[in-house]
Amino acid sequence: MNTAANNPARNTKIMNRFDVTSRLVAKLKHDEAVVGGIGNTNFDLWAAGHRPQNFYMLGSMGLAFPIALGVALAQPKRHVFALEGDGSLLMQLGSLTTIATLAPKNLTMIIMDNGVYQITGAQPTPAAAVADLVAIAVASGLTNSAWAADEEDFERLIEQSMSSTGPTLIGIRIDDKPGTGTTRRDPVQIRERFMHGMGVREPL
Amino acid sequence: MAVAEEKTSPGTSEKTWHSIVLEALKRNDIRLVPYVPDRVLTTLIKNVHADPFFTTFPTAREEEAVGIVSGAWMAGMRGAVLMQTSGFATLANILASLAIPYQIPLIMFVSERGTLGEFNYGQSLVCRTMRPVLDSLAMEHHTCTRLDEFEFIVDRSIKQALTTQAPVALILSPLLTGGKTFDK
Repeated sequence: MNTAANNPARNTKIMNRFDVTSRLVAKLKHDEAVVGGIGNTNFDLWAAGHRPQNFYMLGSMGLAFPIALGVALAQPKRHVFALEGDGSLLMQLGSLTTIATLAPKNLTMIIMDNGVYQITGAQPTPAAAVADLVAIAVASGLTNSAWAADEEDFERLIEQSMSSTGPTLIGIRIDDKPGTGTTRRDPVQIRERFMHGMGVREPL
Repeated sequence: MAVAEEKTSPGTSEKTWHSIVLEALKRNDIRLVPYVPDRVLTTLIKNVHADPFFTTFPTAREEEAVGIVSGAWMAGMRGAVLMQTSGFATLANILASLAIPYQIPLIMFVSERGTLGEFNYGQSLVCRTMRPVLDSLAMEHHTCTRLDEFEFIVDRSIKQALTTQAPVALILSPLLTGGKTFDK
């Protein structure tokens, strides 16, 4: 049986989710939306410093990219980032083809790929040893997809995506560390603050 | 025969169920319509595609469509999802973890398979899970059977979903649509 360690797709630097999430947030200058997927991706987004333009998922595994697509379609002038785990993406691979077909230029998708379901006990995903998620994205029609070689390359890809003519997908190989913070689990508050951040609601 | 010709002539203004849905969506400024198709929904889907008012497209799964309209609504664009019964059966987890707890006015039109002449046993079984799931989550839902009530139900249900920020499922019965029949 293959193991994650000898998967030829994973030959880029192993980074850290909280570190790269903090680097992303530091690059944001124009009230960009950021959608964090279930579990660790939104925990680290929360820990990187709450912004009203952040949306934190508390379930609905696999829907970070579809939710971000909805935001991108509703507000074509605002750039939207989505943070998703590799296990989560496997739940909703078909969404890559929907996004490729609609091709919103204001959407950047980031896959945090550690090859494991970290939060449930670090069991390997079925894809870990055999699949290349960026190659799957390319084959789904998202031609502007790449693995980030290291942190500097990730920052370069983020900047490039903000003036891209189509959607961007960035794969990052990360370690198996758990999330840094814990998002406050209040769905109505999360949603209401996000709507303030999107400019569709006035603060109470 | 004369009656049938009268119904299809361009001079008559008799509404169809699908024209009522399309007009109610427009009246309530619902522009985003992702769907997973169903034979019964064919004409509605075709007409929504033909109208530049709408942004409409197929998704690979119903969950994906719910995620898309949820994100869009939070960013100021209203949406509705079209699906069939077996598609609704894939949604329990995200109704319970996204639409209901985040108070998102998810509007669903569900073409009802599995009853009143169903020919596929699996469809008839999965149909029986739909109302228990809706009831167990205390979700608003209506089974639409009559053309004369339909505009009232659709328009009022959309407005209620939006103002109470609660999901609604409008089940399109074969009594309304004719359903899908065994034809080969």
